[in-house]
Amino acid sequence: MATPTSTTASVKSATETMQERTRAFENDRESRVAAKVSVRELDFFYGRAQALHKISLDVGSQIVMAFIGPSGCGKSTFLRTLNRMNDTIPGTRVEGSVQIDGQDIYAPGTDVVELRRRVGMVFQKSNPFPKSIFDNVAYGLRINKLTSSKTELSDRVEEALTNAALWPEVKDRLKASALSLSGGQQQRLCIARALAVRPEVILMDEPASALDPIATQKIEELIVELKRQYTIVIVTHNMQQAARVSDETAFFWLGKLVEVNSTEQMFTNPNEKLTEDYITGRFG
Amino acid sequence: MTSDTQTKTAANRRRITSSVMTTLTATCAFFAVTVLVLIIGYIALRGLGAINLQFLTDTPKPVGEGGGIGNAILGSLILLLLSSVIGLPFGIAVGIYLAEFGAGRFAGLIRFVTDTLTGVPSIVVGVFVYTILVLPMRQFSALAGGIALALVMIPIIARTTEEMIRLVPTSLREGALALGAPQWRVTTGVVLPAAASGIATGAMLAVARVSGETAPLLFTAFGSRFFNVYLDQPIASLTVQIYNYAISPYDEWHAMAWAATLVLMTLILAINILVRFFTRKKI
Amino acid sequence: MRNLQPNAPTPAAAQGASARSWNWRRTLAPTGNTGDTVFRSILFACAFILLLIVIIMIGAMAVNSLPSLRAFGFGFLTSQEWNPIAGKFGALPFIYGTILSSLLALFISVPLSLGIAIFLVEQAPRALARPVGFLVELLAAIPSVVYGLWGIFVLAPALRETVEPSLARWFGWLPFFQGNITGIGLFTGGIILAIMITPIITAVVRDVLAAVPVSQREAAFALGATKWETTRVVLTNGAAGIAGAIILGLGRAIGETMAVTMVIGNRAQISASLFEPSYTIASVLANEFTEATGELYLSALIELGLILFLVTFTVNGVARLLVWSVAHRAGGSSVGRAG
Repeated sequence: MATPTSTTASVKSATETMQERTRAFENDRESRVAAKVSVRELDFFYGRAQALHKISLDVGSQIVMAFIGPSGCGKSTFLRTLNRMNDTIPGTRVEGSVQIDGQDIYAPGTDVVELRRRVGMVFQKSNPFPKSIFDNVAYGLRINKLTSSKTELSDRVEEALTNAALWPEVKDRLKASALSLSGGQQQRLCIARALAVRPEVILMDEPASALDPIATQKIEELIVELKRQYTIVIVTHNMQQAARVSDETAFFWLGKLVEVNSTEQMFTNPNEKLTEDYITGRFG
Repeated sequence: MTSDTQTKTAANRRRITSSVMTTLTATCAFFAVTVLVLIIGYIALRGLGAINLQFLTDTPKPVGEGGGIGNAILGSLILLLLSSVIGLPFGIAVGIYLAEFGAGRFAGLIRFVTDTLTGVPSIVVGVFVYTILVLPMRQFSALAGGIALALVMIPIIARTTEEMIRLVPTSLREGALALGAPQWRVTTGVVLPAAASGIATGAMLAVARVSGETAPLLFTAFGSRFFNVYLDQPIASLTVQIYNYAISPYDEWHAMAWAATLVLMTLILAINILVRFFTRKKI
Repeated sequence: MRNLQPNAPTPAAAQGASARSWNWRRTLAPTGNTGDTVFRSILFACAFILLLIVIIMIGAMAVNSLPSLRAFGFGFLTSQEWNPIAGKFGALPFIYGTILSSLLALFISVPLSLGIAIFLVEQAPRALARPVGFLVELLAAIPSVVYGLWGIFVLAPALRETVEPSLARWFGWLPFFQGNITGIGLFTGGIILAIMITPIITAVVRDVLAAVPVSQREAAFALGATKWETTRVVLTNGAAGIAGAIILGLGRAIGETMAVTMVIGNRAQISASLFEPSYTIASVLANEFTEATGELYLSALIELGLILFLVTFTVNGVARLLVWSVAHRAGGSSVGRAG
């Protein structure tokens, strides 16, 4: 029973909607290509329990993004989906897409080993191998055959240790066991180890949570320094830390991404009520 | 007042029961240690007198002519070497499989099979190797003996390896994976070295255990009166030699059984005490 | 040191593992790396070969038992006659000897092992528990043939001179303690077996007791329980595991060969007297296998081997289930998840 006019109108509006959608899609694609890490509609399951719900997020190049949220909110789980570290846990499942430089890392045939070289990771508890300081940093270089000579190898080790602000402290005892270092030094060694293979993205899972304030400060200074060369994603339970080191902050709550914003905005004038409640300490 | 006294009497009885039970359990432990001391002491007492260089190097002779266990010592060493060469890498590989890929249904089956194999009486292993090797070859052989011992060894090694690998913290593994190490390099380069001392301990104990095995050798390696190094020929071993001497009717051979036992026990105790020493230092 | 008891599942170890690495039943997902595929395939092949070996083991013994199965059927299990010359083979005397010697061993070993384990875990000061525990474990390191040698020349004469005459004097009205006293027979066999399985049962019970949470002990002590009363609480907690340990010991006793062969007398007869010689399945295999002339004789022996395999298989399976039930209950709560 539709009149011709109304038909035209509806056709027109449909076309417009289509155009809008295409534009939105194009925009989205542009933003995804521009972003270093781009996540769309990511669901994550431990067996039947869903731990992450429809997470979409872009991380730009050479910035520090912090993930905050109460414990158990899924921020560490999410971090570990970015280098497929969750693959090592049986019964886990991922849906949605994660792109790094426009490549879907969950596409079939992805070389996970190569992925993990490009996306480095620093863990909550420092985990140096029971080898010497030198061998720890050289490990990734050796297994990935990234150096062609001994001099190059030691140069790269020195470079990584220097970048991790550890070189002056260990240069005279590179042959000593990594386990002889202090907690803070061990963590910086693990950062150096991650830096040595020259990753493009570095994931940090509460890297300073087990350290004393002075060691924490060193790590934080280091993160700010590293930002110039790397894209860094850091999980932290410490909001002051997020405010100090990050450019952008994402707030997770109960497996959902509530808000992503520039850190300044997030801590002064968040868009969401929930974020504000969390940041002002009304819960969590 | 009365109830108070009753409680006190009951408390006394309870305390006495408790001390009596402590004494009883201590007696059990004391008894077991005494048996050990008696056995080892008797071996030392009877064995030491009969040991000399000729005994350690000679071949068996008819009664009254002396003779020794040289060929049995060599035979045991060859059998141990052979079974270790077969059993250690194989057992360790199965252990790594169970530890690293051990979640699926197939791995569960393998774990079950491994456990089953540890429970199989070693004489049955002998029967099995007899039917599949000795019967077709129409020949007792060192090879059959070595394989029988390897079959005893494999499940022990596999389970120890699995346990030791599981003790390696996940964080070490993740640290290596996060650097872009392929899994095989993580396992061989980081996990195995971290578990190495434990696996070595397990391997030594498995060798000690196998060096005392007699039943699987009776109808595989069989025994021999001569020095033999050929794997397709029957070969002597300390344990079978001890058995043959022990059930003989001659006092002279009985003395030799004790002496051979002293040699065997020295080897086994040395391994056990060594392992104990190393593990204690580590923990 | 638990490796001294190779067929003993160790709940404490399993618990420790799950506490330290939370995802111990880990399967590494495929990574798309060639080296990984090769590595995985090699390991898989080894595991698969092990499975094949066990299948071939059962198959080979079953095939070789066929002549005997055809000739005697179920009568093999119930016939008393073992006469190689007449070609008559019945397994009953061996089954009887195996069961009786194993039960006798358990009868002696169970209280002894429980006592030792309780002493080591609950009662002894640590400085004493360590060395004593090690010495008890050393009992498991002594080879069977050495127990046999000691049994023939030390234990059997000692029993003949002291224990057996007293038993005959005081309990001679029981059929078990009548007949010739020679020192060689079921009684000595049972005692040797008891000594041999004691360290095995002790080790598993120790692990089971150690797996009982400290909170259980503290709860009992806090209510004013004495040391022994607390121990009884702990024992109740570990009951299933202790049952498993005992059955594990039974499995070991059933399959034990050399020591028993050397002291049990090796006569295929069924007699109520424990002093009389007897014969076990494992012993008849050890003694007659190499002398078996004729297909039927060998086949009957292999059928005995198959029976021994199936029985120990079942017994060990039950034991393992019991011990694991305890270990998993204790270890379950510590299995958490990161992230």
